[in-house]
Amino acid sequence: MIRVLRPGLLTTIQDLGRDGWAGVGVPRGGAADPRALRLGNRLVGNAGNAPALEMTLAGPTLLFERDAVAALSGADFGARLGARRADAWSSFAVRAGDVLECPGGPSMARGYLCVAGGVEAPVVLGGRSTCLPGLFGGHEGRALRAGDALRLAPPPPTAAPRRIDPEFVRQLAPRGRLRVLPGPHLERFPPESLASLSSSGYRVSTQSNRVGVRLQGPPVRRLGTDEMPTEGMVAGAVQVPAGGEPIVLGVDCGTTGGYPVLASVITADLPELGQLRPGDVVRFGVVTLEDALEALRESERLLAAVPLVES
Amino acid sequence: MSPVPQTPRLSIAADHALRVALADRSDPAGCDAIAALVRRLEAASVPGIRNLHAGFGTLVIDFDPLVASHDQVAAAVEAAWAAAAREAPPAPRVVEIPVRYGGPDGPDLDDVGRLTGLTPAEVVARHLAPLYRVAFLGFMPGFPYLTGLDPALTVPRLPHPRVLVPKGSVAIGAGQAGVYACESPGGWRLLGRTTLDLFNAGREEPSRLRIGDAVRFVDAGGVGR
Repeated sequence: MIRVLRPGLLTTIQDLGRDGWAGVGVPRGGAADPRALRLGNRLVGNAGNAPALEMTLAGPTLLFERDAVAALSGADFGARLGARRADAWSSFAVRAGDVLECPGGPSMARGYLCVAGGVEAPVVLGGRSTCLPGLFGGHEGRALRAGDALRLAPPPPTAAPRRIDPEFVRQLAPRGRLRVLPGPHLERFPPESLASLSSSGYRVSTQSNRVGVRLQGPPVRRLGTDEMPTEGMVAGAVQVPAGGEPIVLGVDCGTTGGYPVLASVITADLPELGQLRPGDVVRFGVVTLEDALEALRESERLLAAVPLVES
Repeated sequence: MSPVPQTPRLSIAADHALRVALADRSDPAGCDAIAALVRRLEAASVPGIRNLHAGFGTLVIDFDPLVASHDQVAAAVEAAWAAAAREAPPAPRVVEIPVRYGGPDGPDLDDVGRLTGLTPAEVVARHLAPLYRVAFLGFMPGFPYLTGLDPALTVPRLPHPRVLVPKGSVAIGAGQAGVYACESPGGWRLLGRTTLDLFNAGREEPSRLRIGDAVRFVDAGGVGR
């Protein structure tokens, strides 16, 4: 059991999301940085989609009521296990009675606490992640609160504490640049819009969450004034509301929306989208579909070959 | 299905999504055609396809780009489209939704009357009259986009969306009708509320409504008439 002493800003149970229910309005959801979740799970010997805690900007304080092997991945939250520092991108043994504090760090938005065996959560509609828009899944369909008790699934055969090779971790550092494909609603924008989107820096607004990242910067012009009929939306879509400041849709975005989409972030860069925090400056770079798919394959190759070293 | 004399236009929506668009986007035949395409694609269970996002005369297909390509998904769409064109449209299922109008259940009923020049009772009568169709579900879990609203009830969305709309609120906005199937923020105007649980993730079929269903609202009392 893990007892939540302080919940942090927004801590939820997440796996890699659920598929097949967008037709009734349920978003894929899942970890905003799925790459970090997969790596954290690898560190403790779990399957990549085992449910874990996703923490946001300011993390929780947790009391472990039994021995466990845990790992932190994603943003460095400056975590401490009792008096010792608990490094990101490493696994460590936890003793019953230990308190893990994850105050938060200077860069990136989201960190993952993975526990060997996984945090227990019921399968709802094929997934264990918290669906905040639908108030179901994860822990009672909501963010964690002080006093919550989280059950831990039985751990797999334990491995020695390990860490991800720091050389590899450096390759995961944010680049401040999101690669995009043009469209699909190019006909709703003047021809220079894509160039203007990719020539400006945009600042991430405080009004950002798992649903979308709101950006502040030079407005993108649209053509015409008529509203677009509602249509399907996917994570990574760069929507442009009438005011012109783009919103990049996140993993919990509505399955449909009504703002035209100028471009879409490539799958290989969705983990970086999930790590943007208020105040970050982000730029967009237009690539081809071939580039996008090659970047994804390269990212998967790297992930498959990621070196774990004993610590 | 009743043939729609238009071939869908396919384009890239993302490196993991294909967009299907009909020329005439929101007429009833277009909605039927999208519903038929969705049924066919669901039945075909194409490898790699993760999610189908229907809209007004559009369908965005989300797939795993490590498993399928845009060309493969496009071929599946063309096959499904051809098969759908040969099938007779199923008679729509009719779902009745009981509504308590006005008062705390429908706090915007009087405003909608003022905006449309109708009495609250007339607003209710005009909202009850049509047999609506579920063009698609979206925006939030279980939210139906209904076509068939009386044009006299066309009102703008609220200038300042509510922070919290109660689950079950029956609403109109910008010429459309819908029901908030989950508690959420929202900018449509609330006429009433239903106790019918339109979305419950614990059920095998979590959504009471499916794309293509017919919907009739039924007066369940309330203070607004």
